[in-house]
Amino acid sequence: MTSPSLISAASSGHYVHVGVFTISVTNLLIIVAMIVVFVLALVLPFPGSADVDAHGGDRP
Amino acid sequence: MNAQLRAATAGAAGHPTTSWTTWLRGWVSRLVPPGQALPDRQPTYVVSWIYVFGVLTLAALVVVLASGAVLAAGGVAWWHVSGLGHFVNSLHLWSVELLFAFMVIHLWGKFWMAAWRGQRVLTWVIGVLAFVVSIGTAFTGYLSQSNFDAQWISTQAKDGLNSVGIGAWFNVLNPGQMLLWHVLLLPVAVGVVTVWHVVLVRRHGVVPPFDVEPGD
Repeated sequence: MTSPSLISAASSGHYVHVGVFTISVTNLLIIVAMIVVFVLALVLPFPGSADVDAHGGDRP
Repeated sequence: MNAQLRAATAGAAGHPTTSWTTWLRGWVSRLVPPGQALPDRQPTYVVSWIYVFGVLTLAALVVVLASGAVLAAGGVAWWHVSGLGHFVNSLHLWSVELLFAFMVIHLWGKFWMAAWRGQRVLTWVIGVLAFVVSIGTAFTGYLSQSNFDAQWISTQAKDGLNSVGIGAWFNVLNPGQMLLWHVLLLPVAVGVVTVWHVVLVRRHGVVPPFDVEPGD
């Protein structure tokens, strides 16, 4: 039999409250992870980028 | 055949230009510059991870559509009672999660590049439209889970939609209507808008960084 604590809405997640702003920890972590991926995409070198000057592109 | 008559004809078979087939063929052939529909070379500045997220979004969309098609074949209760159904349902959920994550990172990258430069305003606007239509499609997915979660979400959504006067035509309390919007109308809309966006990208090219913009 399911215990009441397992179906209680109060135990359904953890939230961060800052003033009037409320966000679940899960959503906050996802947004932080997306920002990390975005920054990494800007700073990490793309494979083969060192050779790009030698080959160039065809559509400036 | 005189010159005037030749000018009034088009195509190898000599069909008149008033033919809708000729008109459509010409329109399709002019959608993107020659060789740019499926290019195998790109400008040097495209060699960056930030340019990958557009195509990652497209890849996620393919998985979303394929897993959604399998779920549709199984029926609205299949993913609750079958191990394979659970797997495909999870595949559908997580491909959507990745779709939005990739799309938003793509949006961030293009926003900070001011990707609407160089007559690319319509490309930007259609991308925004793709984002909005995708959100609507995802929301109807919440309503199509055939569980208590879907019922709860529908009761929360109805007041907002009724407040803007569309509840009579777009009734979130009607799971049959929401399911059909989710599996037919909105996916078609997402597909059309996505193809439109990609064609515009191929038509105008990838936006260059600020320091290599022509004329600088």
